[in-house]
Amino acid sequence: MKALKRLLGIIWIVLAPTSLVFMIIQMVEKISLAGSGIERLNTSLQWGIILFIFIPVAIGLLIFGLYSLKGEYDDVDSFEDND
Amino acid sequence: MNTENKNSVVKVIGASSLGTLIEWYDFYIFGSLATIIGSKLFPSDAGASALINTLAIFAAGFIVRPFGALVFGRLGDLIGRKYTFLLTLVLMGGSTFLIGLIPSYETIGYAAPILVLILRLVQGLALGGEYGGAATYVAEHAPKGRRGFFTSWIQTTATLGLFISLGVIVMTKNMLGNEAFADWGWRVPFLLSILLVVVSIYIRMKMHESPEFSRLKSEGKVSKNPLKESFSKKENFKMVLLALFGAAMGQGVIWYTGQFYAQSFIENTCMVDFNDSRYILLWAIAFGTPFFVVFGALSDRIGRKWIMLTGMLLGILFYRPIYQNFLDSTDYATFEKTELKSAGTPVVVSQLADNGKDSTITTTTLKTLNSGATYKEIKTQTIFADSSPAVEKVVLKEKTLDNGTFWKFVMMVFFQVLLVTMVYGPIAAFLVELFPTKIRYTSMSLPYHIGNGVFGGLVPFIATLIISYPGSTPLSGLWYPIGIAAICLVIGTIYLSNNTHKR
Repeated sequence: MKALKRLLGIIWIVLAPTSLVFMIIQMVEKISLAGSGIERLNTSLQWGIILFIFIPVAIGLLIFGLYSLKGEYDDVDSFEDND
Repeated sequence: MNTENKNSVVKVIGASSLGTLIEWYDFYIFGSLATIIGSKLFPSDAGASALINTLAIFAAGFIVRPFGALVFGRLGDLIGRKYTFLLTLVLMGGSTFLIGLIPSYETIGYAAPILVLILRLVQGLALGGEYGGAATYVAEHAPKGRRGFFTSWIQTTATLGLFISLGVIVMTKNMLGNEAFADWGWRVPFLLSILLVVVSIYIRMKMHESPEFSRLKSEGKVSKNPLKESFSKKENFKMVLLALFGAAMGQGVIWYTGQFYAQSFIENTCMVDFNDSRYILLWAIAFGTPFFVVFGALSDRIGRKWIMLTGMLLGILFYRPIYQNFLDSTDYATFEKTELKSAGTPVVVSQLADNGKDSTITTTTLKTLNSGATYKEIKTQTIFADSSPAVEKVVLKEKTLDNGTFWKFVMMVFFQVLLVTMVYGPIAAFLVELFPTKIRYTSMSLPYHIGNGVFGGLVPFIATLIISYPGSTPLSGLWYPIGIAAICLVIGTIYLSNNTHKR
């Protein structure tokens, strides 16, 4: 299971930038398809907010992948309340 | 547990749940009355109105909610749970009450939508801070091995808040009539909130600080910088990430799909009548709500992990068949070929198109099937001035369901709510147990609100995005919740421990 956790880390590392690039491509495509004036501004605003919140989430997934690869989650069972 | 302790814990659960219930009620009535708020408080210019609406919905749900989790989580870990979630309650109740008092756009112009926007953002901020406080407060009062059962009462509040908000709106509308409700009655559900908040604040004021936090405080072990400890110490931050990707994000999409997307799909894609689609959801919620407590209690015995992950797995397996059944059961265009009982007198309306040259002829016919189901067939024929061939479009709307189909739909939505109870019932206890007391409020609030607010809240947006692709079907939008739940299932299965409930 430890080996699998580490191996999957590579997938999360790849998935994070891939999903971010996908979202950016979608944003560019949808904004270019939107009409002019306030409609375009509205579409840009929606995508801007989504990207603003998605970037830290994608970075989080990347760090999660790195931690997995380094074996940080090998022994999650041993986590103890450290008050 | 002796009788005195039992009474005390019941009071803790009651006081915490009531406040959280009110917060959810406040958050939902805005969503349920968004159309009427738009017509009264927003400019009639569709573009400007849409822009303000985008800010109110997207910013409040996606940015301000997680931000509220950080702000109030930090405060809760510094000064205590009790006063922090009292503050969130005051902010939420106060802003809801004030929304009900905002003069119309006709009276104060752009100040009206700007005030709505500000108050909506305050609501998002308060919601971000409330849940973590309530869950932590109850969990820290719960006896060992019973956190799942005690915190599951907090978990019922999000669903009950939706139920009560729908109920109050329907009752107010029925009592005042459509005209008075549209004129001023829509303010009543907002104003009513202040009474509920005052009662809840009174009850919460009488409660004591959580015993675990009080102990930390007396020992001088309270965190000096909870944000830094939560997110810059690897041993804590890795658990925040695990909580988000291994549980909260899957829980968020299952929760949103069952409680919101189902009703929206039935009303807007299947074109089922406004009332029928809401009654289906109300019945499903009424049947499903007790199961939050059932699964919360069960998680104390067998662990949180597998209950939550089973809920996700069942969603992955059954969403598409269920939604396909919704579509098939309301395919009245096919049914009418063999089962049409009667058709009313068509109502024909002719109009000049916006360009002043073309014209449209709309023919509306009320039809009834042998089963008793009814619907409106709306045929729109566009006749072009330049003698191009006319274009005809037929839409079936306002479908009412026969008794059998109605209850079948209730059961299918109930099944989805049941999945919500599986993923959501144990999650408060699960999150609380992942983090040490001194940074618990901060650490558990962020993954919860990103999971629910962002991953869950994006369900309609991403679903609409997927449906816009060539070759997609009405079911294609489901790939988003299915995909997120599948990734979460894999991470949860492989990385999560099932032993946290034993601590």
